[in-house]
Amino acid sequence: MPTYTDMTRCDGCGECVDICPSDIMHIDRVYRRSYNIEPNFCWECYSCVKACPQHAIDVRGYADFAPLGHKVRVLREEARGVISWKIRFRDGRLKAFTFPIRTTPWGSIRAPADYAAPDAGALRSPLLAHEPEALKVEALPALRPQG
Amino acid sequence: MGLFRPGKTRYVDADILVVGGGFGGCGAAYEARYWGRDLRIVLAEKANIERSGAVAQGLSAINCYMGMHWGENRPEDFVRYARGDLLGLVREDLVYDIARHVDATVHKFEEWGLPIIQDPKTGRYQREGRWQVLIHGESYKPIIAEAARKSVDAVHNRIMVTHLLTDRARPDRIAGAVGFSVRDGSFYVFRAKAVIVGAGGASHIYRPRAIGEGTGRTWYAPWSSASAYGLLIPTGAKMIQMENRIVLARFKDGYGPVGAWFLLLKSQATNAYGENYEAAWLDELRARVGKYADAQPMPTCLRNHAMLEEMKAGRGPIYMHTQEVLDSKEKEEIGWEDFLDMTVGQAVVWASQNIDPKETPSELITSEPYVMGSHATCSGAWASGPEDCAPADYQWGYNRMTTVAGLFGAGDTIGGSAHKFSSGSFTEGRIAGKAAVKYVKDLKGEAPQLDEAQVKRLEAAVFRPLETYRLGRNAIVAGTVAPDYLTPLQGLQRLEKLMDEYVGGYSVFYVTSEPLLKRGLELIGMLKEDMERVGAEDLHQLQRAWELQHRVLTAEAVARHTLYRQETRWPGYYYRADHPRLDDAAWHVFTVSEYDARTGDWRMGKLPVHHIVE
Ligand SMILES: Cc1cc2nc3c(=O)[nH]c(=O)nc-3n(C[C@H](O)[C@H](O)[C@H](O)COP(=O)(O)OP(=O)(O)OC[C@H]3O[C@@H](n4cnc5c(N)ncnc54)[C@H](O)[C@@H]3O)c2cc1C
Ligand code: SF4
Ligand code: SF4
Repeated sequence: MPTYTDMTRCDGCGECVDICPSDIMHIDRVYRRSYNIEPNFCWECYSCVKACPQHAIDVRGYADFAPLGHKVRVLREEARGVISWKIRFRDGRLKAFTFPIRTTPWGSIRAPADYAAPDAGALRSPLLAHEPEALKVEALPALRPQG
Repeated sequence: MGLFRPGKTRYVDADILVVGGGFGGCGAAYEARYWGRDLRIVLAEKANIERSGAVAQGLSAINCYMGMHWGENRPEDFVRYARGDLLGLVREDLVYDIARHVDATVHKFEEWGLPIIQDPKTGRYQREGRWQVLIHGESYKPIIAEAARKSVDAVHNRIMVTHLLTDRARPDRIAGAVGFSVRDGSFYVFRAKAVIVGAGGASHIYRPRAIGEGTGRTWYAPWSSASAYGLLIPTGAKMIQMENRIVLARFKDGYGPVGAWFLLLKSQATNAYGENYEAAWLDELRARVGKYADAQPMPTCLRNHAMLEEMKAGRGPIYMHTQEVLDSKEKEEIGWEDFLDMTVGQAVVWASQNIDPKETPSELITSEPYVMGSHATCSGAWASGPEDCAPADYQWGYNRMTTVAGLFGAGDTIGGSAHKFSSGSFTEGRIAGKAAVKYVKDLKGEAPQLDEAQVKRLEAAVFRPLETYRLGRNAIVAGTVAPDYLTPLQGLQRLEKLMDEYVGGYSVFYVTSEPLLKRGLELIGMLKEDMERVGAEDLHQLQRAWELQHRVLTAEAVARHTLYRQETRWPGYYYRADHPRLDDAAWHVFTVSEYDARTGDWRMGKLPVHHIVE
C-alpha cells in the first residue's frame, strides 16, 4: 500500500491522522499504531510522512505500476526552512536533493486586521487589500465599461 | 461503529462562512477580514487546512502571474491566451479581473515567505513559461493556511459540509450550510449571511486508468470530491460549461506535470519512432475546429488530440525526451524538484522503474477526465462579474456572486474563468471575500432565517447511511456483498465505469454521442435512486458517502451539458461522434443548466459569450 507504518517506530501519537487530507491514516484499535485504511485513496502526498515525529511512515509505490525495491525518503525541517529527499532506485542507484521551503519565520505573517482599516468608501472601489501598492504599478488596470 | 446519530448538534453563527480552505477559500478568508473588521468570519474544511486541497503536497510553480511592473504582460494579453486555449469561450470579464489583481497576490505570497526563484541576471522572477514563475513550493499550502488562520474567528477542520441552506422566506437566498464532524459525528449547522464556496473540483468522476491501489494517484487529488458543484447544484444556482471537462497529458502512471519540461527545459515529445508529431496534425485540426487550430500556443485540448491520434495509430508509447535536456546539475535539480514539490508519486515511479531522467526518456499519456474550473478548463457556477468592466448582462450587484443571493464562489467553483491556477484561485477568493463583505453590510437588518424543517430533514438525510448500514449489515454474515446497501466505493466504481463508457472516458478514447449519453443518463438515474441506499459503517465512510453524492450530481451535470452542446468544441477533451466538428454559428455560447432539487429536472439553455478584449 502507498503509505505504511513501521510497527517498531510508531508510538500512536496521531499526528498523521490529524494531517492526512484523505482521512485515511487511522489508529489500529489492537496495536494502537497508525495504518493506511484506504491505499486506493492515498495520493502519495507525503503529508503524513513529513509530519510523523518518529519517521515511522514510508511509501511503497502503488502495486499496480511500481516494481518493488525503491525508496523515496524525506526529512522536512521547519526551523531550518529546508526539505531533504533521498531517492533509492530499484537497482540501488542513489540521488539526494535539498530545497528551501520558506524564507521567513513560521508564524510571522501579518494578519489582515493588523493593517490600518480601509475607509468605508473604499469598499465600493475595485481595489483589493494592499492595492495599488502591492501591484507595483501605479493604478489597477481597467477596461471601459461595456453595454 | 454504526451508531445512528452519533453526536450532538452544534450551531455556529457567522456573517461570512467560507466552505473549503484551499486556495480560493484561504484568499476569501484573508480579504473578508481585511474589509470586514467587525464581521464574524468562519471557515469550515473537511480536512485540515494546513495540508488540504489540490495543493496539499505543494507546487513547483505559480502558473498565473503577469509581471506588470516589469512590463512583461498586460491583463489583456492573458485574456487572449485563455480565450485561445478554450477555443473562444471564456468569461473575459472574469479572466481580466483575475489577471489585473493576481500580481498583488503573488507579491504578498513572497512577502509571507514563499521562496520564489529569481533570475540571477535580471533580478526578476524566474519564468517557467510566459505566465508561470518557479517557486520552491513544498510549503506553499502551510504558508497560505497560516494567513487564513490569522484572518478568521474560527477554523472548523474535519467538517464535511454536505448541503447549503436557503432562506425560509426566499429560497433564492443563502442562509448557511450543514455538515458533520468526521471526528465526533456532531451535526453542524452554520447560520451565515453570506457563504463563499471554495470546495474544489472533481477527480474520480471517470474511471481512472489505474485499477488497484494506483487509483489513488489520480492527477487531481482523490479528495477533490466535486463539492464545489455538488453543494451548489441543489440550490438551483446556474452552472455553466459543465461539459468542458479536462484531460491532461502527463507522465504515465505518476501523472507528474510536464510544464517545466516543455516550457523551461525545452524537452521534446515524440512518438515511439522519434517523430515530432504535433505539427503533422495541424491540417486535420483545422478541418475540425477551423481558425482555433492556429491559436498560439496550440490549445491544450488540441495537443491532446494529436497525441491521441498517434496512440490510436499504434505509434505509442509517446516519449518525453528528458535525457536530451538534463545536461547540468542545475537542470537535473529543477527536473526532480518539479516532482518532489508537487507530485512525489512520479519520483516514486521513476525510482521503482529505474528511470533516471538524465539517461532515459519517460512515457507520456492522456489522463482520465476531470471536472474543474481553474486549469485549462472552466466548468462551474455562473457568477456576477466586476462592476467596472463586466457587460451589463454579466453583473447583478456583487462580484463572484452566483445566481443565488449571498452565495459566492472562488477557484474551481466559478465557471468561465480558466487558467486561474493557485494564484488566480486565491485572487478570486479575495475578490469574492471583499464582495461578500459588501453584501453583508448592505443587508443591514435583513438577516436570512433558517428553515428549521429543512435543517431537520437534512439532519436525518446526512446520517441515514449509518442507519442503512447498521440494518443491512445484520442480514449478512460478513464481507462487502449485501442486498440492501451499496458501500460508497461500490457506488463510486459504478459511477466511474458508466461515465467512462457512456460519457467519453479514456477507454473509448473520449468519444460519446446522443444515444450513448441518453443511455448513460438512464443509468445515472438509477444510481441516483440507489444513492438513497448507500451504507456507511463509520464516520469516515459517511464522508465517502457524501463525497459520492457530490460526485454523482456533478457527473449528471457533465452528461446533461455534453448532450446539450451539439458540437465537438474541444477535441482531445471529448468528442461528440454525432457532431464531430466545431460549430461556431450555433455554439459560440456558454451552456447553462438549472437543477430543480425537488423534481430532479434540469433546465438547459445558452448564455452569450461577449468579447470585451480585442
Ligand atoms: C498535480 C497538480 C499540479 C498543479 N500544478 C499547479 C502549478 O504548478 N501552479 C499553479 O498555480 N497551480 C497548479 N495546480 C492547480 C491548483 O492547485 C488549483 O487551481 C487550485 O488549488 C484550485 O483552488 P480551489 O480553492 O478551487 O481548490 P482547492 O485548493 O483544491 O481547495 C478546495 C478545498 O475545499 C475542501 N473541501 C472540499 N469539499 C469539501 C466539503 N464538502 N466540505 C468542506 N471542505 C471541503 C478541500 O479539502 C480543500 O481544502 C495544480 C494542481 C494539481 C492537482
Ligand atoms: S505520526 Fe508517526 S508516530 Fe504518530 S501515529 Fe502516525 S505513524 Fe505513529
Ligand atoms: S501520503 Fe497523503 S494521502 Fe497518503 S496517507 Fe499520507 S497524508 Fe494521506
